[in-house]
Amino acid sequence: MSYIAAIDQGTTSSRCIVFDQSGGIVSVAQREHRQIFPKPGWVEHDASEIWTNVQSVVRDALAHASLSYTDIAAFGITNQRETTVVWDKATGEPVHNAIVWQDTRTDALIKSLGDQNRFRERSGLPLATYFSGPKLRWLLDNVSGLRERAERGEVLFGTMDTWLIWNLTGRHVTDVTNASRTMLMNLETLDWDPELVSAMDVPRSMLPEIRSSSEVYGNYEGVPVASALGDQQAALFGQTCFEAGEGKCTYGTGAFLLINTGDKPVQSANGLLTTVGYKIGDEPAAYALEGAVAVTGALVQWFRDKVGLISSAAEIETLARTVDDNGGAYFVPAFSGLFAPHWRSDARGVIAGLTGYISRGHLARAVLEASAWQTREVVDAMNADSGVDLTTLRVDGGMTANNLLMQFLSDVLDVPVVRPIVAETTCLGAAYAAGLAVGYWSSTDELKANWHKAAEWEPSMEPAARDKGYRKWKKAVERTVGWMDEDDD
Amino acid sequence: MPGPIQSIQRAAEVLKLLAHGGAHQLSVGEISRALDLPKPTVHGILRTLHEVGFVEQPVEGGKYRLGAALFQIGTSYLDGNELRAKALNWSDSLAMRAREAVRIGVLHGKHVLVVHHVFRPDNSRQTLDTGALLPWHATALGKALVAFGEWPDGELRRFTRHTLDEAGLRLALDQALVRDWAYDLHELVEGEASVAAPIRDGRGAVVGAIGVSGPVERLCEAPDQPPRLELVSYVREAARSISRELGGLSW
Ligand SMILES: Nc1ncnc2c1ncn2[C@@H]1O[C@H](COP(=O)(O)OP(=O)(O)O)[C@@H](O)[C@H]1O
Ligand SMILES: [Mg+2]
Repeated sequence: MSYIAAIDQGTTSSRCIVFDQSGGIVSVAQREHRQIFPKPGWVEHDASEIWTNVQSVVRDALAHASLSYTDIAAFGITNQRETTVVWDKATGEPVHNAIVWQDTRTDALIKSLGDQNRFRERSGLPLATYFSGPKLRWLLDNVSGLRERAERGEVLFGTMDTWLIWNLTGRHVTDVTNASRTMLMNLETLDWDPELVSAMDVPRSMLPEIRSSSEVYGNYEGVPVASALGDQQAALFGQTCFEAGEGKCTYGTGAFLLINTGDKPVQSANGLLTTVGYKIGDEPAAYALEGAVAVTGALVQWFRDKVGLISSAAEIETLARTVDDNGGAYFVPAFSGLFAPHWRSDARGVIAGLTGYISRGHLARAVLEASAWQTREVVDAMNADSGVDLTTLRVDGGMTANNLLMQFLSDVLDVPVVRPIVAETTCLGAAYAAGLAVGYWSSTDELKANWHKAAEWEPSMEPAARDKGYRKWKKAVERTVGWMDEDDD
Repeated sequence: MPGPIQSIQRAAEVLKLLAHGGAHQLSVGEISRALDLPKPTVHGILRTLHEVGFVEQPVEGGKYRLGAALFQIGTSYLDGNELRAKALNWSDSLAMRAREAVRIGVLHGKHVLVVHHVFRPDNSRQTLDTGALLPWHATALGKALVAFGEWPDGELRRFTRHTLDEAGLRLALDQALVRDWAYDLHELVEGEASVAAPIRDGRGAVVGAIGVSGPVERLCEAPDQPPRLELVSYVREAARSISRELGGLSW
């Protein structure tokens, strides 16, 4: 019997999951990496540390199931998106820490580039600190001598997929989904857009070749490396959302609602992103509308690591259950500004409604509820864009282990929330795409048959309570915007 | 009476510092700064605490955190939410392989508290029963837990004519203890069966149990036969994987 190994290079950790033909998990290995916060608003990762971690989780995942490379039919890759790294072509050494997607250092640069919608039609994206192109530009402007080296062809740019594939196979490639987050790719041609590249002022020669999401890029230890998808697109794929109108929301560091819109990019009038969903080999690409929320699980992690009221992420539920409600407290975690549907980089976090009554249990509730209310905002935007109301929300990701959150989510959306039998849909999607490329699975229909409902939460909140909660949430959001001033850095 | 022993006092300070705020990990440098002690002293204290298992160093040369042996002196409690989070992948896999509903339970007085529930993977309508209480003596989950713990007080209610009495239960528990798994056959509901195996934490204590349940005709070869061995092995494998996740078994 052979297996597919998926490598998920996430924001908080890297993991490798080995799947069998039914999509069942055979083995897991995971390793967290350091979150480097050099200044307020700055977030970095050490790309070399990540590459070391990826090698060891691959080794460990195989060892845990007593497998060798010959048992693996293909590797699939999925990754935190937009995180940007530049490295020396000759030595493979990164020239700087990777700049993580949540990082807001490009704020001033973004403002100088003009109107927020300037690149929207070509790239599908509003001008925001979130995307890779501006991060690359920042490196070129700020790492001494880098622009000259780039122009001499001595350094390469990549998102984490590119960094891993280059290290695994020696090829300098990216896939359409990751490329669609750089703000440098044209959504129609699926190639680097000369106008975008020149507006961002980055040398074309350091950009990787854009390939499909499901094809053999090269080999590692004799095993084909056969897929690359941004983590959210991989989750869409893992949830088998292959038809227009099908979608999901993944809860990890942030939360990302993606709906497949078929083979045409659809522009949003309500603050959603237009992005590539996936592209299987030579088939036409599938596009998606996306509601990206920057901070959900990251708030739980912050509560654990920086506030120290809990010792593990799961304990937030225990603490939250020590009280019956949020006591009137609302937490808007605009740590990196606000993403969808607001796109306000001048916003910063707020805890609103504080009184002497508020205990740590209430704060824990407010932390969890923030994930649900932020989802409500992007679901409302999605409903407005599509003209059809969502009837069920398919969820996945690490936070779906949190029952209190899933119930509250169903309550505030007023629709059932459904979790599939593999919560690790990000890895599963990368495995599926790789398996299709090497013929391990024959078709997307075969994959669809693997999807099963593992849990379902039904709404049970009084409409008046829901409306009041949402009203308060919106008031709290209003209080986050305009916080940053010109002299803040 | 001799005065307080300085090195014990200092060791206690180090433990308190590590315990502050939960699963904090601290480096020798951080501890030495926080307690205003020379690094070599801190290093010596940590080395000794490490030897007796009161602190751990997950990565060699890295930071320290509280060790498993320390919790052994405290309670054997594991947060049910933590257990669910750690078990998620393996309970899903079990449901897929067994094609049956999966539950994870912890002992709660004379009941089993369901901390996690995975639907039978057939997309039929099912209701999440996380938070439900099951009688320990009429379920595989309960037997797998009590076999490695204390006999709960309280009356053993008869649900069906197959519900075991105390003598029958004692035998079943002995068997579960030896086999490391338990089952129920028509004991809670006529026509239904369940299989479960214990989940162990980092120091080998049973902190929960995982099992599948369903109609006897799907789980057993015959109505009077215990569940099929293939199912038993799936359940035990899942229990072992979760125990590994909790540090209870090495790979
Ligand atoms: N039981 C839980 N309750 C709340 N948050 C959780 C729980 N388990 C994990 N998380 C959060 O989920 C995130 C990890 O999920 P994961 O899918 O691995 O994220 P990513 O892929 O972005 O690195 C962390 O931010 C963590 O705080
Ligand atoms: Mg992830």
